[in-house]
Amino acid sequence: MAEIKNIAPSEHHDYQGSKMGMWIFIFTELFLFGGLFLVYAVFRTQYSADFHKAAEETNTFIGTLNTIVLLISSMTVAMSITAIQSNNKGRAIRLLLVTIVLALIFMVNKYFEWGHKFELRLYPGSVVLTNLPKGELLFFGLYFMMTGLHALHVLVGMILLTVTIFRIKSGHVHSGNFSLIENSGLYWHLVDLIWIFLFPMMYLIT
Amino acid sequence: MSTEKHHISTYMSHGAVLVILLSLTALSVGMAELHLGAISVAVALLVASVKGTTVLTYFMHLKYESLFTKIMVAAVFLMYALVIIFLFFDYLFR
Amino acid sequence: MSNSETHPQVSYLEYQGKYKGILGWITSTDHKRIALLYLYCIIIFFFVAAFLGLTMSIEKMRPGQDFMNAQTYNGFFTVHGIIMIFMIVIPGLAAVFGNFALPLLIGARDVAFPRLNLFSWYLYVTGAILAVLSQLLKGGAPDTGWTFYVPYSAGSSTNVIWALTAAFVLGFSSILTGLNFIVTIHRMRAPGMTWFKMPLFPWALYATAWIQVLATPIVGITLLMVIAERVLHIGFFDPALGGDPVLFQHLFWIYSHPAVYIMILPAMGVITEIFPTFSQKPVFGYGAIAISSLAIAFVGYFVWGHHMFTSGISYWSKWFFSFLTFIVAVPSAIKVFNWISTMYGGSIQMRPPLLYAISFVFLFMIGGFTGLFLGALATNVQLHDTTFVVAHFHYIIFGGMGFAFFAGLHYWYPKMFGRMYSDRWAYIAWGFTFVGFNLLYFPQFIIGIQGMPRRYFDYLPQFQWGHFLSGIGAFILVTGLILMAWNLIYHKKRGAIAPANPWKGVTLEWQIASPPPVENFDEIPVIKHNPYWFGTEEEIRREKKS
Repeated sequence: MAEIKNIAPSEHHDYQGSKMGMWIFIFTELFLFGGLFLVYAVFRTQYSADFHKAAEETNTFIGTLNTIVLLISSMTVAMSITAIQSNNKGRAIRLLLVTIVLALIFMVNKYFEWGHKFELRLYPGSVVLTNLPKGELLFFGLYFMMTGLHALHVLVGMILLTVTIFRIKSGHVHSGNFSLIENSGLYWHLVDLIWIFLFPMMYLIT
Repeated sequence: MSTEKHHISTYMSHGAVLVILLSLTALSVGMAELHLGAISVAVALLVASVKGTTVLTYFMHLKYESLFTKIMVAAVFLMYALVIIFLFFDYLFR
Repeated sequence: MSNSETHPQVSYLEYQGKYKGILGWITSTDHKRIALLYLYCIIIFFFVAAFLGLTMSIEKMRPGQDFMNAQTYNGFFTVHGIIMIFMIVIPGLAAVFGNFALPLLIGARDVAFPRLNLFSWYLYVTGAILAVLSQLLKGGAPDTGWTFYVPYSAGSSTNVIWALTAAFVLGFSSILTGLNFIVTIHRMRAPGMTWFKMPLFPWALYATAWIQVLATPIVGITLLMVIAERVLHIGFFDPALGGDPVLFQHLFWIYSHPAVYIMILPAMGVITEIFPTFSQKPVFGYGAIAISSLAIAFVGYFVWGHHMFTSGISYWSKWFFSFLTFIVAVPSAIKVFNWISTMYGGSIQMRPPLLYAISFVFLFMIGGFTGLFLGALATNVQLHDTTFVVAHFHYIIFGGMGFAFFAGLHYWYPKMFGRMYSDRWAYIAWGFTFVGFNLLYFPQFIIGIQGMPRRYFDYLPQFQWGHFLSGIGAFILVTGLILMAWNLIYHKKRGAIAPANPWKGVTLEWQIASPPPVENFDEIPVIKHNPYWFGTEEEIRREKKS
């Protein structure tokens, strides 16, 4: 920013403040998905039989696989923070790279999963879908909306983690100033947290 | 910065948390295979909540945060729970 | 008290950064400059939306079509609503006065995340541009009303998507401002300023910010779902696709009712700053006002259902939401009593800010009481979707939030620009505004009870007297607004130089030069007293005894 010197000359970077900001941002994200969860809850109580049937169409194997992938990636992010705190930059970067690779695997799985649905002509607006019973139609609408929005968050998380890697390399993030990696980590855990709830709702409750 | 104390989790503890999370995942997939009917929803959501709490507590480091952060997180989940309850005041009693 | 002559720092208005002129403003992360950027945008949009409102009133002065057709009328009331709600009243007080005064009031040099603050403003401008485009693009102005009720908004052939996207983007601007304020209040209070030594405007902003953060995402996702419904034919709300239109109303009002508190809480905060200053007396019931802000925010989050009493929600749901609606009136009333008691026994100076503040209390009370008529189940059935609702709403939003905005503008104007406006013209403008406002909206209460529906283009001749009076009121009101704007704009460059503390205020912003220096405080003050501490301990003790 042009007038950076207008900002209060910060004697020290407000570590607690930036983390609090990140937590509050996470709350807004939770409520964003929370709106969709509300819709899911309402329609599920109204059309439980249809939801039951439709949920059997989703691929539990890919869903479970993706759950495992995301859980492992959550651990690697958490470990990379430990690495930074104990001044091991190389390991932190390697762990973040593993996380990004895992995120990629998640996205590739998602691609095949969605691709399969499209082959079966189960996409929003398709004739097959429109002729299904109301509840199943709603289930697939929610399925695409929720997993789609989640996938978008995975992408954003990947970008954030990439930025973090570059900031570690350039020396801006180190054992004395690790707000960025911690906040990107919090964001990545949020992505995981949402998936933890999406997974049973879309794949298991049959 | 350097004056502030940070809790540094060990690699081992992160690994242990992952093992717990994976076992819970296995549990909920296994329970779903049993086709328990109405209870399966409750079980799946319960397991998901336990997993979510674990992620919040250990991966997201909530255990070592200030009391205020903990209260804030708890209050936000409480607010959301109230929204669900008040919404279902309508849908359950129609 | 320092003045600008002895001050080592240059004022924020004159500060020369890396860029000159307008670039120096739109790249500035200074909270005071960002506040003024919001202020200018809001004033421009306010006059656009007020013009739309005026033309609607003129159109309705006679039954039947006069100079616009029904579809144009639908577009006008929709765009009037979208601009007024999403671009003026929601960001209005929080973004303008919050940004300007919050860091000054708590003794900080800026907000917690200055760049994020500037980014919020860019989001706001983006949303504003989208909203304007929705009006102008081929396809016609959206005609759904600002509430975007489905199924109509899912099917209308007008530019609804543009308006939805605009509201979504504006929502995110609001969220980020709220986030910024929460962290600022937590982390950046001056040393010695405990929570209960914090002025009451920051308290109000704190409560507001939490609603912004926790309610806005719900409407964000709801608007996204409507967009998905239109673009991808995913039927969340359209009954033809299995959806539930009442669910849309739930989700929409889960945000949009708290949104009313996003508007009114900072307004109450501004008013709470003005009363003690112009009564030269500590605010009455400090703790009660502070806590009632939080109580309003919390209870106000759970009253959304009172917009849906006639939408077919369950009996228990109606009962419950009506009950909570009455509960939320209690903390509001506490505030009103406290304001009045603050004036009692004070040495009152009836300067323009106080005049506007008192009109706020008067109009807000009319709006609040009529709100109880609407919150009661039986009367709601009769009054729902009549102009009674329109009148109630405008008494709260314009009479409340709008007048508080004018009050705040007249209060902090000397601090913002370092100049004084003309008191005389301010009184005259107030007279026009106040009379015009009441003439415009009061008749709508009466014709509403008699059965005049809202949003109708045409009506039975028996309602003409009300619409005719409203039309005249609209002209008087707009005259008042133009006079006020002229007074403030004209004196921005030509008014008398303002002293550092023209109103003898005691809060921190009056202890520094007008306009404030770039970094607000040469030295961050250390707080020892309550924020509204006038005179010596002796005097306070004597006051307590009497």
